[in-house]
Amino acid sequence: MEDSMPKNNDPKTILRMEEIHKSFPGGVFANRGVNLEVHQGEIHCLLGENGAGKTVLMSVLYGLYKPDSGSIFYKNEKFDVHNPKDAIQNRIGMVHQHFMLVETLSVAENIILGQYKPWKVLNNLDPVIKKIQQMSKDYRLNVDPTSLVKDLSVGEQQRVEILKALYHGADLLILDEPTAVLTPQESENLLDFLRQLADKGLTIVFITHKLEEVMQISDRVTILRDGKTITTVNTKETNPRELAKMMVGRDVLMDLNKKEKQPGKVIFSVKNLNVKDERGLPAVKNFSFDVYEREVVGIAGVSGNGQSELALALAGLMDSDFDSIILNDISITKRDLTRLNQLGMAHIPEDRQKMGLILPFSVSENFIAETFNDRPFSKYGFLQFKTIKNYSQSLVKKFSIRVGDVDEEIAHLSGGNQQKVVVARELDRRPKFLLVNQPTRGIDIGATEFVRQQIIAERDGGAAILLISTDLEEIFALSDRILVMFEGQIMGEVSPNPDMIEQVGLLMAGKTIESAL
Amino acid sequence: MELIPSILFLQSILAATWRMATPILYAAVGEVFSEKAGVINIGLEGVMLIGAFSAYSVAFESGSLWLGLLAAILAGILSGLIFAFFTITIKANQIVVGAAFNMIGMGITGFLYRSMYSVSAVPLGLKTFQSVEIPFLSSIPFFGEVLFKHNIMVYGTLLVVPLATFVLYKTAFGLSIRAVGEHPKAADTVGVNVFRMRYLSVMIGTALAAVGGAFLVLAYADQFVEGVVSGRGFIALAVVVFGRWKPWGAFWSSLLFGIFYALQLRIQTMPDVNIPYQFLQALPYLATLLVLVGFNKRRVQAPKTLGVPYK
Repeated sequence: MEDSMPKNNDPKTILRMEEIHKSFPGGVFANRGVNLEVHQGEIHCLLGENGAGKTVLMSVLYGLYKPDSGSIFYKNEKFDVHNPKDAIQNRIGMVHQHFMLVETLSVAENIILGQYKPWKVLNNLDPVIKKIQQMSKDYRLNVDPTSLVKDLSVGEQQRVEILKALYHGADLLILDEPTAVLTPQESENLLDFLRQLADKGLTIVFITHKLEEVMQISDRVTILRDGKTITTVNTKETNPRELAKMMVGRDVLMDLNKKEKQPGKVIFSVKNLNVKDERGLPAVKNFSFDVYEREVVGIAGVSGNGQSELALALAGLMDSDFDSIILNDISITKRDLTRLNQLGMAHIPEDRQKMGLILPFSVSENFIAETFNDRPFSKYGFLQFKTIKNYSQSLVKKFSIRVGDVDEEIAHLSGGNQQKVVVARELDRRPKFLLVNQPTRGIDIGATEFVRQQIIAERDGGAAILLISTDLEEIFALSDRILVMFEGQIMGEVSPNPDMIEQVGLLMAGKTIESAL
Repeated sequence: MELIPSILFLQSILAATWRMATPILYAAVGEVFSEKAGVINIGLEGVMLIGAFSAYSVAFESGSLWLGLLAAILAGILSGLIFAFFTITIKANQIVVGAAFNMIGMGITGFLYRSMYSVSAVPLGLKTFQSVEIPFLSSIPFFGEVLFKHNIMVYGTLLVVPLATFVLYKTAFGLSIRAVGEHPKAADTVGVNVFRMRYLSVMIGTALAAVGGAFLVLAYADQFVEGVVSGRGFIALAVVVFGRWKPWGAFWSSLLFGIFYALQLRIQTMPDVNIPYQFLQALPYLATLLVLVGFNKRRVQAPKTLGVPYK
């Protein structure tokens, strides 16, 4: 018994995780000796880049993964957790980044799922519904327990997730990147709400990679990098620059040094574009806009408001209707849409693994994925391997892609380097019009920095750029004009002035421009 | 004068409809459980054959139809356990394992039947479940004949369908089953044992499929014949989809098959019809499939992880 007790029996400490190691089949080491100590009643941020091991660490605590080694002490006792049920019974709740809600069930059904013995008859859910209503009143988490989850907005679904955790009873609440799917106002409300919960004595672990959030909400912050704990600091005693440095491991240039915009002529013009989504419902409605030479137009919006359909339609990958599309003075017909890339358009798709790259192919094969049939890469139907290799090596150098050999399978590269391959291939075609969707999603700060600089360089070189992104910081950093998209429509145009961020948030939530300004 | 014969004709068809629908209905309700939990078992045909043979051989040897039925249920549960082991634990492709079950069901029952009974000199018929006439109700003209003169296994469907609905929609067990087929990880994170739920659902499914097979020898024909199920397991799969993964939906859809089956049986017995019987026999399958496909334009939501192993 003695050796299983925590070393420092600090009454303030509710959770201590010691030397947690966790690897996955295929030799990926997600946690390589992580230490974490969380105090009772604090908001503790876990800060790190994608792949730093934050989610894995919390999944270990929640019983979803079994650690290879390491020990957990919770409420001053050794905590052996085998499955989520153990965690829930010990009053640990987790709000996952990808919601763990069954869409076809009601809110109440989701909340009581797993709470009863199998033979329990659930003929009358009224008491449960009443309790949820009472809770949603007490916590001011407005949600109707009888509605189906699939009919709720993303923000409402998150409230259900939080309610679920609180309904099960939680002393320790873990939230995994909870603001990623919210508008700025919703995020603000959530952070306020979490602060209130913490003031009532609840302990909160908040996973994020956003430095502003750490500064705004946390009492203390633990930084993870490459599966290891870098350090834990008091938030009051640090600043974003220092945090960024610890998170990335080197100094980060956060300013892009963007030059003043020099307006040119219209390069790309769309009038009344309509696109239906896979279910046949209108996803993009009467969308009209122009993009000028030497300009980045940013499309802001919460994910799922028609951005994907807009991009796919413009890339000719999805059926659409429009009055006119003009690219570089050429009027585009519906039939032309599939060959826009031959007319000077380049496309960086939102999902590099599904659309941008052919994962089992080599780096160089991916470089020539669009041009392999043209000279000099192909002559009389034969691929010119030497030319291809030289070309690939020059791109690797130019875009500083970290890869041993251009014949290596691209699936082995990191997300950031994969994205650089897509960017290199598309930009090397010197496009007149560049369509970019979520260019930095899921890649590390270094690669993000690089990709953004490339986009700005392309703009300064004369290209017209349409940037679709759910990352507001990215939209504000890169755009010359911002169009806000909500339920398939343009809610308004704003300038990328940092003072406008609140207005953009309101537009993203579906407010009209008159009421937002 | 024409009116009376056509009413009698209709009466005989409708009286047979429910009976013809019964084996498909048992299998389909079972498959609803399995698919709601995210496991598609296209091996229903094979499992029904195993059920039919088990029921027949035990009933024949013991002289008890009820023991035969029990044997079918046990054989069904065992088949389900094996199916679940391959598809859930080993995570083999569900379609491949299902196809294997169909082959094995056909082969093993054919082999056992021939080695056990083909050389027998004894009459091999069973005394099947007899019609139970419901007092008073069965003497109502027309409806008495159509609804109230059936054997116990036909009436049994009126127990199974509401019971299945109750379990799926009014118990914690059913809630877990439905969650596990839609979003197994969500169920896992709140402490539902995904594997256990899927095992149980598959086993309920195969047990009921075996009952459907048993019906064919205990309450329909009085004897096992090789391939006696003759495609009903596949019709049951279609019935599940058309019934929108709901027990009552499966009920109405199987009646559709039943009515076509009854119709072709009647046409076969008409003296002045010269259609080759093979065509007539194909009619219920063809007609059901056409109707199912034709009416299936409405968006039906299959359980989201149907056919996808967990973790």
